[in-house]
Amino acid sequence: MKPVRVAALAVASLIALLSVVGSMLPQFDYSRQDRQNFSAGPSPGHWLGTDALGRDRLARLLHGTRLSLTLAPAAAALSMMLAFLFGALPGFAGGVGERTAKVLIDLMLSLPWLFLLLIMRALLPLNTSPAVSAAITFTMLGLLGWGVPARIMLARARALRQAEFVLSARAAGISRARLLSVHVGPNLLPVVAAQFWIAVPVFILAEANLSLLGLGVSEPVPSLGSLLVEMESFLSARGDFCCFAALFVLLLFVGSLQVVVHEREVS
Amino acid sequence: MRCCRPLAARIALATLTVLLGGFLAATLARYAPGFGSDERLLDTRLSHRSAEAIRQEAAQQGNTLSYFSQAFRKMLRLDFGTSRTLHRPVRALLAERGVVTLRLVAAGLSTAWIAALALLLTTWLVDSSALDVTSLVGSGALLCLPAGAVSLLLVLADRPAYLALALVVFPKTYRYLRNLTRFAAGMPHILMARAQGTSAARILLYHIVPTIRGELLALAGVSVGLAIGAAIPVEALSGTPGMGQLAWQAALGRDLPVLLAVSVSVIACTVLANSSADLLAVGRSRAL
Repeated sequence: MKPVRVAALAVASLIALLSVVGSMLPQFDYSRQDRQNFSAGPSPGHWLGTDALGRDRLARLLHGTRLSLTLAPAAAALSMMLAFLFGALPGFAGGVGERTAKVLIDLMLSLPWLFLLLIMRALLPLNTSPAVSAAITFTMLGLLGWGVPARIMLARARALRQAEFVLSARAAGISRARLLSVHVGPNLLPVVAAQFWIAVPVFILAEANLSLLGLGVSEPVPSLGSLLVEMESFLSARGDFCCFAALFVLLLFVGSLQVVVHEREVS
Repeated sequence: MRCCRPLAARIALATLTVLLGGFLAATLARYAPGFGSDERLLDTRLSHRSAEAIRQEAAQQGNTLSYFSQAFRKMLRLDFGTSRTLHRPVRALLAERGVVTLRLVAAGLSTAWIAALALLLTTWLVDSSALDVTSLVGSGALLCLPAGAVSLLLVLADRPAYLALALVVFPKTYRYLRNLTRFAAGMPHILMARAQGTSAARILLYHIVPTIRGELLALAGVSVGLAIGAAIPVEALSGTPGMGQLAWQAALGRDLPVLLAVSVSVIACTVLANSSADLLAVGRSRAL
């Protein structure tokens, strides 16, 4: 692995570790309000200052990062399962199933997905509890984001179906289930893993867009996306650059992940 | 006859996608919480007969089959009803807002493409690894920002909304163009041209561009879809009164007729752009 990718992996891991450990500490309560300090700048008590409701920015950033970093991979896993179901399995089976899956994937890819997300989120209950809203948001991302991985898995499964070692295994009379689990499955795994790591930053960014529009994770639970809304207060907060802390973390984490993913994708 | 087959298949797929998108949106609207409830019934000034007429209207829509057949017939007539929140015909709203979005998307797309092509040309002609790395890091950083955040940053910097759209489309377009040209540059006939001392500009214009023409057209189609998708957060956060803002307001206000109409229109635009690009690419490859 190249040094730049080692550094990127270290940065991404450090952010993940800090968010998990930091959010467990009792002093970092994301909903506690300091009524003496509204929209305050950095101080020894609040390293990144407070938001308009007097809540500690650092605490919210740690919890928000942890939420996004936990639920985005979960959504990506759901997406990979659907992609496997609608891409890899039909690709391996071939025939009418494969043709139908291709049309379905084409249809899915033709629809503007941010728009679909907005429509779907809008039509789901908006008055849910914050935890449920977070679950709904990321489940929806997982349910709608399987198009691209499915297309790639379908192509790979089709290539494997026609591979010589698979043809010889079939000629030897091996069952389809065993063929899939012993020969095709392990060869598909690197593609699934690469697509999974590509989907994680995409889902983090999609959640950020939804939350910026008020249709993502609802208050008071923070997420990386909902914390970006604070940038709006930059002008009223007399140029307090701590408003951009969430953007900085997002940029750093997604950027690092993309550098690392590129390596995985290529390999 | 054979040449018409891809055209027919593409038109069939495009029609199917629009219909399926419309069906999906109608289904979501039908089963959304609050469907069938009408806030007009809370108005105590309404007479008993008016209230009854509203209830009957809602009951008719409550039947799933009749709801879908009505929605489908209305969709074919381009009659999307009246907005619940804005109290205006949806068709008129679409006509007004569509023009704004069209201008925004056109300005954003052209800016993004001009910037991407200019940067590509510069990196190609200068052939400096430092410039290449800088362009990659810059476009990579832009890829890590959500469209909404880019829009918000430009609002804070008092810059026009189309720039946000351009900044969302630019990195993807540039990186794809760069990868395409690098890939094409490794082809044997291009290596031969370089070995013969052909200039970099001539290689790009006469050897690489014709080779990747199909992919360029496909990318143009994809970038339209990308810009339409990004228009929602950009318009919503920059206060531009276009289709994206209308969709956002409808989503927050649960204005189901508007949501249905906007989704069908946006899907139709995206499918039209993608299909046109695909057909042009097929036509070009056949002509070659």
